[in-house]
Amino acid sequence: MPYQPEFLLRVYRTMKTIRIFEERCIKEFEGGNIPGFVHASNGQEAIAVAACIDLTYKDIIGSTHRGHGHCIAKGCDVIGMMKEIMGKATGLCKGKGGSMHIADFDKGMIGANAIVGGGPPLCNGAALGAKTRGTKDIAMSFSGDGSANQGTVLEALNFAAVLKLPHVFIFENNGYGEGTSANYALGCDSLAERNGAFGMPSEYVDGTDFFATYEACQRAIQRARQGEGPSSIEAETVRFDGHFIGDPQLYRGKNEIADAKVNRDCLTLFRNRVLAESWLQAPDMDAIDEEVELLIASAVQEGLNAPDPDPAIDLMADVYCSY
Amino acid sequence: MTTTPTSGTSSLKTYREAINDALRQEMRRDPTVIILGEEVSGGAGCAGQDDAYGGVFGVTKGLMPEFGRERVIDTPISESAIIGAAAGAANNGLRPVAELMFFDFIGVCFDQIFNQAAKFRYMFGGKARTPMVIRGTVGAGWRAGAQHSNMLHPVVTHIPGLKVVMPSNAYDAKGLLIQAIRDDDPVLFLEHKIMYDLKCEVPDEPYTIPFGEAAFPRQGTDVTIVAISNMVTRAIEAADLLAKEGISCDVIDPRTVSPLDEESILESVEVTGRLVIVDEAHERCSLAADISSIVAEKGFSSLRAPIRKVTAPHAPVPFSPVLEDAYVPSVDRIVNAVRDVLGA
Repeated sequence: MPYQPEFLLRVYRTMKTIRIFEERCIKEFEGGNIPGFVHASNGQEAIAVAACIDLTYKDIIGSTHRGHGHCIAKGCDVIGMMKEIMGKATGLCKGKGGSMHIADFDKGMIGANAIVGGGPPLCNGAALGAKTRGTKDIAMSFSGDGSANQGTVLEALNFAAVLKLPHVFIFENNGYGEGTSANYALGCDSLAERNGAFGMPSEYVDGTDFFATYEACQRAIQRARQGEGPSSIEAETVRFDGHFIGDPQLYRGKNEIADAKVNRDCLTLFRNRVLAESWLQAPDMDAIDEEVELLIASAVQEGLNAPDPDPAIDLMADVYCSY
Repeated sequence: MTTTPTSGTSSLKTYREAINDALRQEMRRDPTVIILGEEVSGGAGCAGQDDAYGGVFGVTKGLMPEFGRERVIDTPISESAIIGAAAGAANNGLRPVAELMFFDFIGVCFDQIFNQAAKFRYMFGGKARTPMVIRGTVGAGWRAGAQHSNMLHPVVTHIPGLKVVMPSNAYDAKGLLIQAIRDDDPVLFLEHKIMYDLKCEVPDEPYTIPFGEAAFPRQGTDVTIVAISNMVTRAIEAADLLAKEGISCDVIDPRTVSPLDEESILESVEVTGRLVIVDEAHERCSLAADISSIVAEKGFSSLRAPIRKVTAPHAPVPFSPVLEDAYVPSVDRIVNAVRDVLGA
C-alpha cells in the first residue's frame, strides 16, 4: 500500500472538515449569522489538503479571499475560525479580520487576503526569511486563476526564480475569476506553461484528484526544502458555490454545478479511490463524517455564543505595537 | 451653473440608477466613451448569461447589451493594466470610464494614477489631454473588512492634476458623472457603497453639475457643518434633530473635494462663526484637516469657537459589526460636536 491508513484518514477528515465548514458557512450566512463578504471553497478541498497536509507550522502559507480551506488544512482551529467569521471577540483575529482576513501566525498561516494577488509577494518574503536564516522551512502561496493575471503575482514569480526562493506557488484554477471565465481572462492556452516560462518547474494537475495533486506538491515541496528554488503547480478544480455566498451565478452553464457535484467532487473521487483500492473501509470514513458534523455544529454554536468585541477597548487596540 | 435639462420630466431613481443613466446617456451621445473594468458586464467567456453582474453592485447593468463588448470591456483582474489602458486611451482619442470595483484597489495601481495620468498635462507642457474617469466604491458599512472599506479620497485629493468627485445623492451623482465624462482631466468619481439604494428625484434628461460648486442641503445661521459623501445624510439628520431644539445648522456638501468650493465654506463660517467638519476618512492629513486649515487661515477672524472634526478614528476599518458601527461617525457624534462648538 503506497499510503498509510492513518495518513488517508487524516486526509479524509481534513477534506471533510473543510466541506462541512463551508456548507455551514453558507447556511449561517443565509441565516444572517455571518456578516460581510464570504467566499466558500467547497469543491476545492483536495488542493488545500494535498498542499498543506505534510507542512509543519514553521512552513508558511499565504492564502486568498477564498481561504477557509487553506486555514483548516494548515491546522487552524475551526472554532476560532467560525468565531472570527462571525466577528466575535474570541475569534482568531479578535473579530477584526473576518472571513477575508483570517490569519493564524502560530500555525504558519499568514493571512487570507482580500486583495487579489496580495499573497504571493508576501510569501516570497516568508521564503526569503527561511532561506536567509538557513532553515529548511518553505513558503507556499495560493492564487486563483484570476490572480494569475495580477502584476504582483507575475512579479513574485520572477522574483522567486531570481532569488531561488523556497516558495511553492499553487494556482487553483476553478475556471472563474469572480464571474469571468478563466479561458477569457488568461491570454495563454496553459497557465502551467506560462508560469514555467518564469524559469521554474511548473506542472498541471487535476486538482479534483487528491493523489495527483499530493504527488505534485511533494515534488515541489522537496525541491524547495533542498534549496533548489521555487515551483509552480496549476491545479484545475471546481467551485461548487458562487464567487461569494449569495452570488446568483447567472454566468454558469445549465446543470454545470450539478454535473460537477456528480462527476468532479474531489471528496467522492477520494472515497471511491480508497475503497476501490481497499486502502480504507467505508465505516471508518462514515465515523469521520459523523465526528466532523458534530465538530462543525459545535463550532457554530460556540461562534453564536461568543461575545462581541468591546468598542471602548478593541476599536483602537493593536493599531500599533505597544511597549 | 448647473445645466438645466431640456424636458421637465424626472423620476425617483436610486443612486445606482442615476449613475447607470449618466453612463448610458453619455455613451449614446459620444461614441468615444468606453467602460472597462472587472465584471463591468460579467460572464465573459462563460456558458451562462452575459451581463451576469453589470458590476458587482449592478451599476453598469444593461450597458454591455446595448453597447457591446467593444465598448463595455470586462478585463482580467489586473488593476494596473486597467488604469494604464484607460490613461493611454484617454491620450489617444477615447473617453474611458474605468472602474475600480473597490477603490481600495488603488493600492495595486496607484502609479498609473498619481505618477502617470495625473501628471501628463503639466509634465508634457500642456500638450497632453487625459479625459478619463475612474469610478470606485468607497467606505465602510458593508462588513467588508479592512481591505475593502477605506475612504482614501484624502490620498488622491493631495495629488495635483486629479479631480475628485464625491456625490452624496442620486441627483448629484448623475449630473456630476456626466460632467466628469466630459471633463478633459482625470477625474476620480467615488461612490459610497452604502448609498446605492438611496433614492431621490432625478431628471430623465442629461444635465451637468460643475465641479467646485457646493450644495446646501440645509441652511442655517448658528453652526456650519461641512460633510463629505455618505456623511451628508448623517449631517442632515443631525441638523434636523438640532433644529427641533432651535439650533440652526448650515449644512454644506462640497460635492467635489478637488476642486473644493472654499468660498462657500468661508462665507458660511463668516455668518455662523462655528465649524464642524464630518468625514468618514481618518483625521490625520485628511480632507477634514485640510478644510480646517483653510478656515483657520482664511476665516480666522470669523471664528467664535475652535473648529471640530468628526471623523473615523486613526485605525483600519474593523470587520466585526459592533466595531464597524463604532468606527463610522454617527449622528450622535455630529450632534455632540455641534453642541460643543456652541458651548451648549
